[in-house]
Amino acid sequence: MSEAQIEIAKVVFRRGQRRIFDDISLSIPKGKIVAIMGPSGTGKTTLLRLIGGQLRPESGSVKVKGLEIPALSRAKLFEIRKSMGMLFQTGALFTEQSVFENVAFPLRIHTRLPEDMIRDLVLVKLQSVGLRGASQLFPAELSGGMARRVALARAIALDPEIIMYDEPFAGLDPIAMGVIVELIKTLNHVYGMTSIIVSHDIGETASIADLIYVIADGKVIGAGSPKELFEQDSPRIQQFIKGLPDGPVPFHYPAADYEEELMRDRNTRTWFPF
Amino acid sequence: MLSNLRKIGQFALVALGTLGRAGLIWFQAIWRRPRLANLPLVLRQIYQLGVLSVVITVMSGFSIGAVLALQGYNQLVKYGSESALGLGVALVLVMEIGPVVSALLFAGRAGSAMTAEIGLMKATEQLSSMEMIGVDPLQRIVAPRLWAGFISMPILALMFSVVGIWGASLVGVDWLGVYEGAFWAAMQDGVDFQSHVLKGIIKSIVFGLVVTWIAVYQGYDTIPTSEGIAAATTRTVVYSSVSVLVLDFFLTLVMYQF
Amino acid sequence: MQMRSIEIIVGAFMLAGILSLAVLAIRVSGFSVGTETNTYTVYARFENIGGLVNRSKVSIGGVIVGRVAEISLEQETYTALVRMEIDSKINTISSDSTAAILTDGLLGGKFIGISLGAEDRYLTAGGEIHDTQSAIVLEELIGQFLLNKF
Repeated sequence: MSEAQIEIAKVVFRRGQRRIFDDISLSIPKGKIVAIMGPSGTGKTTLLRLIGGQLRPESGSVKVKGLEIPALSRAKLFEIRKSMGMLFQTGALFTEQSVFENVAFPLRIHTRLPEDMIRDLVLVKLQSVGLRGASQLFPAELSGGMARRVALARAIALDPEIIMYDEPFAGLDPIAMGVIVELIKTLNHVYGMTSIIVSHDIGETASIADLIYVIADGKVIGAGSPKELFEQDSPRIQQFIKGLPDGPVPFHYPAADYEEELMRDRNTRTWFPF
Repeated sequence: MLSNLRKIGQFALVALGTLGRAGLIWFQAIWRRPRLANLPLVLRQIYQLGVLSVVITVMSGFSIGAVLALQGYNQLVKYGSESALGLGVALVLVMEIGPVVSALLFAGRAGSAMTAEIGLMKATEQLSSMEMIGVDPLQRIVAPRLWAGFISMPILALMFSVVGIWGASLVGVDWLGVYEGAFWAAMQDGVDFQSHVLKGIIKSIVFGLVVTWIAVYQGYDTIPTSEGIAAATTRTVVYSSVSVLVLDFFLTLVMYQF
Repeated sequence: MQMRSIEIIVGAFMLAGILSLAVLAIRVSGFSVGTETNTYTVYARFENIGGLVNRSKVSIGGVIVGRVAEISLEQETYTALVRMEIDSKINTISSDSTAAILTDGLLGGKFIGISLGAEDRYLTAGGEIHDTQSAIVLEELIGQFLLNKF
């Protein structure tokens, strides 16, 4: 395996009383497509935010390119984020700006390039996602798949070394999904970007990932290439891959005893002013 | 009894936490050196918050001025002192109603829109994506709005007062027939620039800061769902209206010391 | 919207704010700039100034010719010393004129009315009007009226 670009070791992260990650460790090799999979609500997106430094772990270390992210100053953090691109689930385009301006935004902020150079770069990025013709449209005029492609063009505007995809396939029609799969593959092969995909779509993800981590209950429960994973006989992994409703990952959210709860006095509401 | 005490304690802690977070946002947005490159953003916000509030402010100012003149005239004429009408209306508008009512309108018109806009930016991950691009949303989104509120509010309040006095003169002088010379002379005699007009301006600057601060904070701290944004927008209008009215009392109290 | 037009509109907005301030300063609070140099000072002593305040009007025949600049108490005589600023164009006020504190309507503010005398010497800067009439205090008037009656 090639050198690890992102190294997560013994990370504990809590939101309120709930432990999202309980001593999780994983490493992401340079130039590969790595998928992080697991049922909804297991904190996959949280993992991306930990890598991007938007959240800090309670304990443990998150290293990107050898730098300890939680220990960085605000200025250093903003600096290292230039080498990371992130594609958000909703696209997160700036609604008051045109497609062109959205893609130009990171360039205008971080470079002092002349206007015609910015124009060329933006058109190149838009061409690579096939939307050069849509440069004057506004985000409200785009379909979901198109918006995600524009967001992808914006995420790669500064040619980052690492690109993170948060649920890139969610809510897309099959054609748009196919387009995104192709784009992720191309970006990885052509530019050699380390790609991290957070998803729960088994089929699409398995078709492009070099390495898959399956997480549940705040821990990595399985890792390996798609082929290795399909052959593992751990019941939890099998349940996830085959999509069974009940199994080691329970159908029922943890709850008090059914009968007891039905009989209980209903007069216990909390009072909360804000 | 004990549980009530606990609730009060909880309430106090939540309130303190809210105040702390709001203060931090304000501090981080404003106290970092403002960048000249962000000037276009400030101008855009002055347009959004200030210019777009002009019509509602001017219309309200005119109506309130006209009503004050009508009511004031009917009371003053009983004592034959209708020449003091201009003075009364001008004092009330410049010191109280101008700053207060324009701030309430500002909270309803611009504050709520600001909260909804920032809340929606948060819900659609625009703030997050901005952070990931390496731009601090506090500087790019919050700071320009705070500056714009600080600049726009006194201008709106001044416009409100002027249009109100104009409305009062139309009703008082042109319609009810108060002698024009007396109307303006009594006003110029009684209204002092430093002790009345300037205090009104100081009030409106404070109101502008408070309203935009509440609006921006509520947007930034919203729960990113549609209910969350709706609740945050309501809170902006309620909190800022109450703050304006309570602060008005204390500002007046302090200002009478000077 | 184009940045350029936003700049222009915001500029107009700011200008409207400045104009409003100017209107409030000049038209509403009567804040006049640079006219102080064109006045001269005249003093008058009163037994009782009633409700006279700084910036009260000084008028001749009902026309405003100046303002009260300062009111102080003279310790030796316990009379009120009023300093007035009179428009320099009104420079032929004879030295035996009378200054009276009058009321603007029944409930209006107090002002000083100057009735001209016959002397052909005129008041100059720093001069004093000796013949004065104090403010009519309504309570005293009513008191006198009642005393005369019974």
